[in-house]
Amino acid sequence: MKTLIAQFLTIGCVLVGSVAAAEKLQIDGSTTVGPIGDAFAEVFKDKAAVTVSKTGSGDGAAALMEGRCDIAMMSRFMKNAEFKAAVDKGIMPVAHAIAMDGVCVVVNESNPVTGLTTEQIRSIYKGEITNWKQVGGPDKAIVVISRDTSSGTYETFEELVMHKEKMGPATEYVNSNPQAHARVKSTEGAIGYVGLGFVDRYVKAIKVDGVMPDRKTIARGTYPLSRPLFLFTNGYPKLGSIVYQFCTFHLTEEGQEIIEAKGFVPVTAY
Amino acid sequence: MKDSSTQSVQKQQAGVFEFARPLCLTATEDFRGFIAAHLGQGLLFVTASISVLAVFLIFFFVIGQSLPFFLNRGLAESVPRIKEFLTSTQWYPQRQAGPEYGARAIIIGSLYVTVCSLMLAVPIGLLAAIFLSDIAPFGLRQFCKPVIEILAAIPSVAYGVFAVMVLAPWMQNTLGFSSGTNALNASLILSVMALPTIISVAEDALSAAGRDIREASYALGATRAETMLLVVLPAAHSGIVAAIILGMMRAVGETMVVWMASGNASRIPSPWWDLSQSVRTLTATIAGELGEVPKNTDHYHVLFAIGLLLLVFTFGLNMCSEYFMGQFRKITGRR
Repeated sequence: MKTLIAQFLTIGCVLVGSVAAAEKLQIDGSTTVGPIGDAFAEVFKDKAAVTVSKTGSGDGAAALMEGRCDIAMMSRFMKNAEFKAAVDKGIMPVAHAIAMDGVCVVVNESNPVTGLTTEQIRSIYKGEITNWKQVGGPDKAIVVISRDTSSGTYETFEELVMHKEKMGPATEYVNSNPQAHARVKSTEGAIGYVGLGFVDRYVKAIKVDGVMPDRKTIARGTYPLSRPLFLFTNGYPKLGSIVYQFCTFHLTEEGQEIIEAKGFVPVTAY
Repeated sequence: MKDSSTQSVQKQQAGVFEFARPLCLTATEDFRGFIAAHLGQGLLFVTASISVLAVFLIFFFVIGQSLPFFLNRGLAESVPRIKEFLTSTQWYPQRQAGPEYGARAIIIGSLYVTVCSLMLAVPIGLLAAIFLSDIAPFGLRQFCKPVIEILAAIPSVAYGVFAVMVLAPWMQNTLGFSSGTNALNASLILSVMALPTIISVAEDALSAAGRDIREASYALGATRAETMLLVVLPAAHSGIVAAIILGMMRAVGETMVVWMASGNASRIPSPWWDLSQSVRTLTATIAGELGEVPKNTDHYHVLFAIGLLLLVFTFGLNMCSEYFMGQFRKITGRR
């Protein structure tokens, strides 16, 4: 009995000790970068008490400015106004591009159309182009499939393709990448968009502005529907610190595997 | 040993009974019994009130969360807000520049799939109920009822997978629809889901109408069909209406199936009878958008406003079904 109590006490001491020793790391921001942040945090959980809250890129920037977080996740670069406001408050935002996000436009494998321009895709989603023959395909009605408006993929697509234009009322919404894949796979006239990891032989990725989406074109940024994902810190983090390790984790093999597993493309040049 | 047994025998012979416990409770025993009885009552009262309280709390919470959408721009803005919510078909709550909160297409979408599913489920359900109550032999009926009730126990996501993976491709390939996830798909699945409710409640109503009116009808020379259609059905009409309303509530409140099968395009089908177009319902909108919406924004509150609309709708339906059930009980009780 006594030894049991002693054991509990020592375990308790170790626990308390480790919690006290661990640094706190608060990470706020984009829902798109969120899955990467979560997976990275899982790796760092022994070294620090990491909290990841996904509240949107804009809130991430605000949190960094107000000192509410150590690292801000952002799916876009800081706006000029945000940058200026931060500098005025004595915060110097530094960007770390950790991954590339590419959205692939996919059609049914039976569809002969092999490429569209960004303008054509936008017109299709606005509901102005309703038949494949208007863009050089067969005489078949287009079934427009979008992800639900709360997903990061939707956010990326809306920013890079729609340019603040509204999607047409005929747009159908599905709530996951696999469902979008399933609908395009089984619907002849469908057009949809998914992450690079969901393109396979059942759905056909098409060229956008003449560029085929693959790891190379997305990593190099030549594919038009790709964008870098950032972590922002206040100044360049102190070498060796937990923030530094977190912001450079994408350079490790494990970090790159995580990024690929989440459907993004690591920033590599080979 | 021997002494005591002989003693009690002697006492019984003398007419003196010995009770195992004293007849009168002591003061502490009396008090304990009093406390136990009241504690027990109190506990049962609390457990009974929890469910009643839950309904009230849900009402208060949903109203409290939806009011800011109409009020937080000031009273002057609230009337146009309500008007936009109920009459505009533009549902773009996520737009950065000028979000729009017009829910008319979504409200109509909900009614649309509900009415369509009932148009299928009511005739089938009623005919099945008539068959089970009056025509089927006893053994068959004993077999059919539990099987039909299993239909109600299948999780809705299983129906949803069927709708997306089987029904949708079939509609595209066989019926030639351009999109397989549409109003017809959702209505078909919803009608199957509403069937068990309609069948079992209507069957109960028909059975409860009683043997005597049927025999009286036969005695007057009516055929079986005449008895069924002109005597039993009218006699059980309030129970049947309640069955239909209960089925309707099932269809209105169903979420997962419509989210997967209806396509979720927020528009009113045009022309209005075109079932091959995709629609969006109130429940699917909440399910699809509430997960990621930032708290305490207009978008967040407008989703609660949609919830309030649903709640009012189902509340009204529930009142109707209660009324008809009450009528039905009165009729059968009097007989």
